[in-house]
Amino acid sequence: MADDILRAQLPNGLTVQLKEIHTAPLISHWVWYRVGSRYEQNGKRGISHWVEHMQFKGTPRFPAGVPDKAIARTGGTWNAFTHMDWTTYFETLPADHLSLALEIESDRMVNSLFDPKEVEAERTVILSELAGNLNEPLFLLSDAVQKASFEQHPYRNEVIGTPEDLQNIRRDDLFEYYRHYYHPANALVAIAGDFDAGQILRQIEDRYGAIPPGKPAQNPTTPEPPVAEERHLAVSGPGETVYLQIAYRSPAAADPDFFSMTVLDSLLAGPTSLNMFGGGGISNKTSRLYRALVENEWAVGISGGMQATFDPFLYDLTITLRPDRNPDEVLAVVDDEIKRLQDAPVSEQEIQRAIKQARAMFAYGSENITNQAFWLGFAEMFADYGWFSGYLTRLAEVTPADVQRAAQRWLPSNQRVVGVYYPLNGGPGA
Amino acid sequence: MKRRNSQSLHALPGADDIQRVELENGITLLMRCNPFSPSVVISGYLPAGSQYDPPEKLGLAYLTALGLTRGTQRRNFQQIFDTLETAGASLGFAGSVHTVSFGGRCLVEDLPMLLELLSEVLSQPTFPPDQVERLRVQHLTGLAIRAQDTAEMASLVFDEILFNNHPYGKPEDGYPESIQNIRREDLLDFHQRYYSPAGMVLAVVGGIEPAKVLDWVNHHLGWWQTPTVPPAVVYPPLKPPAQDIRRHVSIDGKSQCDLVVGTFGPRRTDPDFFPAIIGNNILGQLGMMGRIGEIIREQYGLAYYAAANLVASTAAGSWEVSAGVDPQNLQRVIDLIRDEIVCFTHQPVSEEELADSKANLIGRLPLALESNSGVAGALLNIERYGLGLDYYRRYPSIIENVSRDEVLETARRYLNGSGMVIVSAGPDGSAET
Repeated sequence: MADDILRAQLPNGLTVQLKEIHTAPLISHWVWYRVGSRYEQNGKRGISHWVEHMQFKGTPRFPAGVPDKAIARTGGTWNAFTHMDWTTYFETLPADHLSLALEIESDRMVNSLFDPKEVEAERTVILSELAGNLNEPLFLLSDAVQKASFEQHPYRNEVIGTPEDLQNIRRDDLFEYYRHYYHPANALVAIAGDFDAGQILRQIEDRYGAIPPGKPAQNPTTPEPPVAEERHLAVSGPGETVYLQIAYRSPAAADPDFFSMTVLDSLLAGPTSLNMFGGGGISNKTSRLYRALVENEWAVGISGGMQATFDPFLYDLTITLRPDRNPDEVLAVVDDEIKRLQDAPVSEQEIQRAIKQARAMFAYGSENITNQAFWLGFAEMFADYGWFSGYLTRLAEVTPADVQRAAQRWLPSNQRVVGVYYPLNGGPGA
Repeated sequence: MKRRNSQSLHALPGADDIQRVELENGITLLMRCNPFSPSVVISGYLPAGSQYDPPEKLGLAYLTALGLTRGTQRRNFQQIFDTLETAGASLGFAGSVHTVSFGGRCLVEDLPMLLELLSEVLSQPTFPPDQVERLRVQHLTGLAIRAQDTAEMASLVFDEILFNNHPYGKPEDGYPESIQNIRREDLLDFHQRYYSPAGMVLAVVGGIEPAKVLDWVNHHLGWWQTPTVPPAVVYPPLKPPAQDIRRHVSIDGKSQCDLVVGTFGPRRTDPDFFPAIIGNNILGQLGMMGRIGEIIREQYGLAYYAAANLVASTAAGSWEVSAGVDPQNLQRVIDLIRDEIVCFTHQPVSEEELADSKANLIGRLPLALESNSGVAGALLNIERYGLGLDYYRRYPSIIENVSRDEVLETARRYLNGSGMVIVSAGPDGSAET
């Protein structure tokens, strides 16, 4: 998937990455901004995500609702995501409608209105979105574990924000934040699909070239070391099911250890799919923790994984306990498995298996234009596209000694947070 | 960068590029080659769904389907998944009212392995006792989580009320008490009675020639014979509610309520299915969730999601509006939904709305059918409802021929003149019960 990328930078600083893929008459257009909850200050938690919502609320040229209908008429789809490190907007459309995506995105890069009435309506929509999240036991547990895992770093905060800040943020706060971060020098346009890259680059220059550059956002954070000592916490809420979550500091995506940890995760908890759109993943029933926990009847399910982030974030294991089991006993089983990884190198065969799994998931993801365009931009938010195109090669270079060293470095029990969700309606902690 | 004419290479599936073969043992095989893909998707179903469940053992078909991969006469659970996961492949089963469905994917080089495993788990499952008990505990935990999920509970109770005494009103994954009643012998018996190549449909889509696929399918599944003929099921008649039925499912400690409002809709094979999907698109899908989304989310900011959905199945269908709302705003949202439905059944949609909806439904096909799994789903759709191999080529003209009057008549037929089922789930708040 790595071949034939056209890279360019416009005089106003806008980075452009184009990839021709002629397997379907579709294009997927993405604009990435280097802003997310990592850039937020106290009192303004959730502002990045709220700005993202306001980007759908109209410009003088495209009043609210007009782009929705224009895109719907093509049969295409559009959406946006706010993350800790970035905010991104995409349109996947029939290939002959690419100019519509260029028009909408270049326009709202600088012309969004932030109408006060729309701001107020969106306040309650986002509070409703937050309320939906708060219905979920695993959201409550992850939120608590994340907060306990960082003292200062904004990775401790949920992207959606806090109820208090969402009540207090004003229209002018949103607009100022938008003006500060939304401009070509802080953005990247990535397009994949059925087009001629040279022609499209000229259209991009036409649409985006006249927008004033602005200044690239400064990196607002310094990495935070792991917690100084093991922390335990408990959360309670409705339900009958006990969940256990264990979070270790993970390497940043650009850290060479990220690849060793990816192999380790594949062996310990099952392979994590890189495909955000389509393709799906594969099961984890032969992973070490599934065998130890589910096959031995400690738990009914287990998952693990880490995200590709700019700063070190979290490698977490989430375990759904059987009703008759105690979290402390389950934690001891997890510790035994991690100790095995720390004490002895894994077999070369296990590493080859992890690589084959990654290769298969790459193949599944390649069917989907949206997924390919996503990676064209996403990898640039923490490294560069070479990180993605060289992914399988980097995995193949991981040795048994690398995995053992990664287990020792990143999974020490005295530098983790252990959280338990105790249900109020039953279970051992009730 | 060489440019190809992708329009001609990637036309919608049709009779000239779908291969359909009926094997001697009754399996229908559908294939389409995607020369760009290094992988393959398999997808299909057998008529062994929850409609055959004894009432006191509801969930039997579902557990039987999940139990297939727990052990066979040749491989135990770990060996089955070691084979799959070592290849980066997947294979899973799910139960519904009419059928047990399956889906899997692998790299092209591993297709023989995947078909061999499919054959093995379908024809020789052993349902090992320890695995059945483990599965039961896992499933009961899943049901306990379901009982706390406001969206799932609102939907489940909506179906129970609307499809009272009908298989569609009973959750195919069962209830905790019915799952406790199921014994391992029940799974073995259900498998013996209802699993058969007769009526099985298999779609294979990916980077492989149909002739090779046919050879492998014949090799791995062609031998399978059973005396089983699943009996026909007679469904009880359904009557629309004479008046509104309001129910609130109390789930304490939650922040938000989920709401479902609706009644019957067309079956998938009814002639008014197409006017209904065009109308439903306008009512609660198009753009930011259609008229419903416009009023509830965009104008009043009352919900993060609010949309209309048409569930058109073989024996019946439902037409539903759902939303996630603050308990304090529940009644207001119900009133707004009602107002929109009244408007939708009293005035024809505008010419512009009709044109937008049609353009959307036609224009989305290339996106829906870009992947192997999208095409496999389309092939199963064709077979399940007898749509004809050229269905996706005819689809644009079918949609284009629907008129505003037909949309209005269809809306009135289903959404007017009878009661609505209104179910909310979540904290009690201000909801009336």
